[in-house]
This record gives sequence, structure tokens and C-alpha cells, in this order.
Amino acid sequence: MISLSGVGKTYGTRLGPRAVLRDINLQIPGGQHLGILGRNGAGKSTLIRLISGAELPTSGEIRRTMSVSWPLAFGGAFQGALTGLDNLRFICRVYGADPRDKIGFVEEFSELGLYLREPVRSYSAGMQARLAFAISMIVEFDCFLIDEVVAVGDARFQRKCHVELFEKRKNRAMIFVSHDSGYIREHCDTAAVLLDGELIHFDNVDEAQDFYARTQAV
Amino acid sequence: MVDPDVGDVGAAPSLSAAWAIQRRVVWALLLREILTRFGRHNIGFLWLFVEPMLFTLGVTALWTMSGSVHGTTLPIVAFAVTGYSSVLLWRNMPGRCIGSIEPNLSLMYHRNVRVVDILLARVLLEAGGATISFVVLTLAFSSIGWMELPEDVLEVAFGWFMLAWFGMSLALFLGALAERSELVDKLWHPSAYLLFPLSGAAFLVDILPQKAQNIILYLPMVNGVEYVREGFFGSRIVAHYDMAYMALVCTVLTLLALAEIRKTSALITPG
Repeated sequence: MISLSGVGKTYGTRLGPRAVLRDINLQIPGGQHLGILGRNGAGKSTLIRLISGAELPTSGEIRRTMSVSWPLAFGGAFQGALTGLDNLRFICRVYGADPRDKIGFVEEFSELGLYLREPVRSYSAGMQARLAFAISMIVEFDCFLIDEVVAVGDARFQRKCHVELFEKRKNRAMIFVSHDSGYIREHCDTAAVLLDGELIHFDNVDEAQDFYARTQAV
Repeated sequence: MVDPDVGDVGAAPSLSAAWAIQRRVVWALLLREILTRFGRHNIGFLWLFVEPMLFTLGVTALWTMSGSVHGTTLPIVAFAVTGYSSVLLWRNMPGRCIGSIEPNLSLMYHRNVRVVDILLARVLLEAGGATISFVVLTLAFSSIGWMELPEDVLEVAFGWFMLAWFGMSLALFLGALAERSELVDKLWHPSAYLLFPLSGAAFLVDILPQKAQNIILYLPMVNGVEYVREGFFGSRIVAHYDMAYMALVCTVLTLLALAEIRKTSALITPG
């Protein structure tokens, strides 16, 4: 279970403090697939960083009683100067996993070939996404936080992600944030919309999608 | 599954589990730091202590050639090695920690990687490099007869430890503060430069007039250098120090550093 109660996040700007998230309340029980919809800049990534614990909320409380992944996104979580393999070893060390039996999987999944031994900053966005996803599958978590990453990449990459996430790990909790309601609809059992710093809950994904579509109208 | 013993679930882990995580994370950051700083080219991580050794060797050569006036009859090689190694120890740690958070922000996507871990990894690496350099130079020079081994190794070790503590607490404090104020970076370089001649590296406190002695000993590192030198030269010099005062300064600085790290941690946005 992950629970957020009264969580707020404020960033300092030149024009004074700006609340990006206000009074967010949310419960994610084990096994649930939650989708969070929101426009660019709505605070989706901030919310997912708060849930992961990488960033601390300005107010409120976040409790985690299951293990939670880092936010799986294409950028971030990597050191550009290091090779893909060194990043893999680093993450294994941080999470207390043994890298030796993981290298095979990452090589195979990421299809990076010899580039696995080149600095990550030389990778294209697609290559980074493949590496990010592959590495995030080597540590087993009870809950995965996914920030758009699966939504990029070609059809083959998406299919492979689908197998790893929705077939092999279908009983884990997952939180997706996206501006693409099609993706959320396909993969989530419940959804919420982030609008003006507040999280609006819906009983089912369809209602959330309809509401989100209305906020998107030009 | 993530090993429950190491408390990787988000709930606050027990003290022993937290210690295990911290050790793991600092070790991972340390290895990463070695790779990004020294790479796998030429002599690789040996640069860690070869670089400070080159500095110390250069200064030793300069002081020997110029017949540096330090007001004693002590052998100049031993004087330079003890003095300049001490400077490297307390001065390099803050230098490495200021501005160290920004380039590591992407690693902070991992919950257990915290500001304090990044600073600690750098501090330990720097202290390790300076210590290896000091030990290697002392052993090398004494084996060819340019200097003698310390009279009291334990006293040297304790003085060295105190200098390291001072450098570490200063580094943690300035490293965390630098995230909130650019002034730290701007002011550190001139301060470090100006503090060098005052730090006791190039003179013995005993040669100063009484009034100046009292003032100069307010600088914590002067006490540490004097203590190290007493361990080295023993009865041949009169050392002036107040280790209780130095410990007090280090304690206060450590507490300030922890408070500053806590403040900075709350403001960090990984990215």
C-alpha cells in the first residue's frame, strides 16, 4: 500500500512560491494499476517523484509499505558520462542486487549490442528508453512508477515492454502518468486526472478519460 | 524481491538497515566517482593519490631549492611533506564538495541516494587520496634517507584524523550550502588561497611572536598541523596546539553541516 495524505509541493520562483500540487490524497493498494492523466506541466512528473521518495513533499505525508521503483522515464536516473554497463552496475549496487546475472537480460532486452559499453550520453532517445526500461526490470519492486517511458519507442520495443510489465509482472502495482489517455485506458483499472494542482479521482477509467478530454478542448 | 532485511520498502528502515543502505549507496557512489573522474585510461584510479603526490613533490622541490626560511633546523623535505600534505587534506575536500550536487541530480531519482551520500562519497575519496599520498611519500623519502619516519606514529595518525575531520565537516557544510548560495563557490577559492599561508603548513607556530601565536591558533587546522609535526619530530620542536579547541570547532561544524544538509535535501529536485 502507498498512501498520500494532504500532500502538497511548492517550488520557489522569481515571483514567489508557486504551489504545483495541492492537498493530494491517494491510496494505491498492491496489484492496482492506476493511470494519472494530465497535460504537459500539470505536475505529473513531480507527483511521481514524490511517490517514489526521490523528492520530498512541502506538506503532507507519504507512506509506503511496499517497495516502490524509481520513476521509470527516459532521461534521469542515469549518469551520462558512464557507459550503459556502468550504470547497470551502479544501480545494482544501490539496490543491493548482484549485477552478474542481470547483464545477460539487459543485453538481450535493450538490444544495444556494443553500445552498452559506450557512454550513455552518446545514445539516442530511443536507445536511452530501451536501456532505462531494461535496467528497471532487474530490480524487483512491488510497485512500478512509469513516467511516459513505455509510450515512446517503436512497436517492437512496446511489445517487449508489454510482455515484461503486463504479462510477467501483471500482479504488481503500477502507476502510470501520461497525457495519452489511450494508453491509460488500455492498461489501467483505475484513473485520475491532475488538473490545476489537484488530483481528481474517478470510479472508472472511462469517466476519467471523458473528463480529461473536456479539459483538453480548445 | 528486494531483500526485506535491508528495508527497501519506503517505510522508515530500522537503524541497522539504514546503515546497511547508506554503506551500499556511498560505496556505489564512490566507485562511480572513481570511474567518472579518472576513467579507465592510462593509470586510471591511481591518479587519486598520484595527483596529490605530484603537488607535494613540486612544493617540496620548490622549498628545497629556495631554501625556504621556516625558522627551524628541521629537514626541509620532512617539513614540506608534513605541511603540504596537511593542506591537501583539509583543502581538497571542500573544493570537491562545492558544486557536487548539481551534476549528480539524475542519480537522485533513486530514493536512497541522498545529498549526504554524494558528499560523503567525495569526502571519503579525497581523504583516501590525500592519506595514501602522505603515507607513500613518507615511506618513499624515508627509504632513501631524505627524511626520517615519525617518532610517534599514533600521534601523527591522531593529528591527521583531526585534520581530516575538520576538512570533512567543512566540506559537508560548504557542499550543502553551495546548493543554496552561489557565493560559497565564489568565496571559497580566494579564502582557500589566502588560508594556505596561514594554515601552519609553511611555518612552525613557535617562531611567531607570542601575540601572533595566540591569534593563529584560532585557525583549527594550525593546531592539527602542529600536532602532526610533533608526532613526526617529537622533541626537536616545540609544538603549540589545543586539540580540545579543534575538536570543539569540528563538532560545531559537523552539526552545522548536518543541519545544512537536511535543509538542502528538502529543496532538491532530481533531474
